[in-house]
Amino acid sequence: MQIHKIKKIISDGLGKNNPVFYQILGICSTLAVTNVLKNTLVMCLGLIFTTALSSMTVSFMRKHIPTRVRMMVEVLIIAVYVIIVDLVLKAYAPDISRQLGPYVGLIITNCIVMGRAEGFALSNPPGESFLDGIFSGVGYSYVLLTIAFIRELMGSGKIWGIQVLGDWWTNWSIMVMAPGGFFMLAIFIWIVKGYIIKDKEVKKA
Amino acid sequence: MTENGWMAFSILIAAIFTDNILLTNYLGMCSFLSVSKEIKTATGLGTAVVFVMTCTTVINWLVYYYILMPLDLGYLYFIVFIVVIAAFVQLVEMIVERVSEPLYYSLGIFLPLITVNCAILGACLFMIIRNYGFLSSLAYGFGAGVGWALAITCMAGIREKMAKVKGKIPKGLEGAGITLIIAGIMALAFIGFSGTMNIR
Repeated sequence: MQIHKIKKIISDGLGKNNPVFYQILGICSTLAVTNVLKNTLVMCLGLIFTTALSSMTVSFMRKHIPTRVRMMVEVLIIAVYVIIVDLVLKAYAPDISRQLGPYVGLIITNCIVMGRAEGFALSNPPGESFLDGIFSGVGYSYVLLTIAFIRELMGSGKIWGIQVLGDWWTNWSIMVMAPGGFFMLAIFIWIVKGYIIKDKEVKKA
Repeated sequence: MTENGWMAFSILIAAIFTDNILLTNYLGMCSFLSVSKEIKTATGLGTAVVFVMTCTTVINWLVYYYILMPLDLGYLYFIVFIVVIAAFVQLVEMIVERVSEPLYYSLGIFLPLITVNCAILGACLFMIIRNYGFLSSLAYGFGAGVGWALAITCMAGIREKMAKVKGKIPKGLEGAGITLIIAGIMALAFIGFSGTMNIR
């Protein structure tokens, strides 16, 4: 693997080509747990694990998968890794597993995992696909972790379950409820898109 | 009404209003954001979701309690559910294509989108985790579908109106950004229903 290829994979995953900014893909399964930072981190780790390993597996098998049924094969491969994540969580972190509820299983239908398998792993060798999976997972995770950080801080005055804001702080209960997630993501997209638009205007001028 | 029937009824109402699968659980966001530009397509997709969700929750309930549980294969339910959903959608698509052409063009084109709609799998998983009985599962699947359809239709109505006032939205917010903010306000409005019915 050449260095410039690896660099491109990393910058694509973390930078402006990040799927969350561009098409708002794959927020379904994770946005719901962003009211608590710890749960978000666990979900994100699960997602990175699934994306990386499923991309690698799809890439190993890419020459043997018939094109007609490739979506189904990809979904099955992803589902296998999600089951592993679910069982590990149930065994080692039963509390978190209970709080996450069905959302771990919903990683299967997360568009990012599928998108990487379909868009990258089918046409690239395993090593690169693995890296691509990791970095698109990380690129996705930092967006959600930022959202979770702000929601937990403003919604309950806590970071990682520890009270950091004193008595003077009135909890914005709206932040831990559903609308808070929608508003936070919208603001995040607004900021990032604003920068992208500015960048384009500067280049034109 | 019997106690079971009453419970199923309250789950039905709760799944539509107080516990809307889209506005409180963020499920089905991808198609919600991309297919909510026109009322016509939104209602088409909404109807397809109601139908598929009702049928798949029922099928998956039967599969889970009559096949997986007796065989002690409960841990396989993710894989089995997703296969059932994909197979069912494929089957319906084929049947609709043969039986009625107008129906295929109004509904069938949305069917492939539904396989990867997280709301469908989400509804099936919620039903297992909350230990619903058969009747409650049926009510929940239907209610969650109707709730989703309601949300996407409302959103399409708002976006159609919004398209007429182009230029007043900040550039960075156009498209997904403003849609998310509207969804947030809709979620706020739906919080008004909370407390009237309980999902569990």
